[in-house]
Amino acid sequence: MELVVFIITAAIAITGAIAMLLSKNAVHSALFLLLNFGAIAVMYLLLRAPFLFAVQLIVYAGAIIVLFLFVVMLLGAERAEDDNDVLGRWQRPLALGLAAALIVEAGYVLFRSGTLAIMAPTADENFAAPEKIAAALFTKYLLPFEITGFILLAAVAGVVVLHLQSPQTNSQA
Amino acid sequence: MIPTTYFVMLSATLFIIGVIGVLIRRNALVVFMSIELMLNSANLALVAFAQARQDVGGQVLVFFVIVVAAAEVAVGLALLVAIFHTKRTTNIDEISTLRG
Repeated sequence: MELVVFIITAAIAITGAIAMLLSKNAVHSALFLLLNFGAIAVMYLLLRAPFLFAVQLIVYAGAIIVLFLFVVMLLGAERAEDDNDVLGRWQRPLALGLAAALIVEAGYVLFRSGTLAIMAPTADENFAAPEKIAAALFTKYLLPFEITGFILLAAVAGVVVLHLQSPQTNSQA
Repeated sequence: MIPTTYFVMLSATLFIIGVIGVLIRRNALVVFMSIELMLNSANLALVAFAQARQDVGGQVLVFFVIVVAAAEVAVGLALLVAIFHTKRTTNIDEISTLRG
């Protein structure tokens, strides 16, 4: 039963990722990415990670996708970009060749390593309940948790400073 | 239960799709989305291994990755908007100088 859910969700995730790659309109790309993020959230549920399921939906499907859609529509960048590609003629085949090499490499590693197949999931359904994650986060990982606060503060300050400067330089020039 | 290998294979597939996106697309926004896709696939592998080893540390690491990704998207999109104001393009082939 769970395997059926996994296969359907994996198909949705891969379809969303490929459609994101191929769609010419950046708004469609962002929405296909949203589909992919939703599928990955379902994967987290299958892996018994309810806390990360919620975080994935709130942060990725909520905040990040909205930010992407906002910027795409603000910049008007949703139109096709490929008409006047100067370097594209030789870049694209080279990129596809490198990607094919990566696929071969990843497949080789996956099918050669026997250690992956051994690790079958074991019993405890509840090992990652939100209470246990909170206990780990606020005891063992307290310092990294505090540092994330500084990272977010630095990001906020950076964005504000970045957009304070543009009117100033314009007025000076 | 589903074997961990399946999750790792799905994660590798999504990561490769993200790499292809970074390599073949020229729109900076789509390149950004591909990077997010790669971060997500790495997260999926981390959660799968955390479940296989019954260790909550992997999920805490995924939480930190999500925080850093959120900060990265905020700063990156702000940079894109600033670049667009001066260069009027989101094509990463045309953004080839460091000077504004």
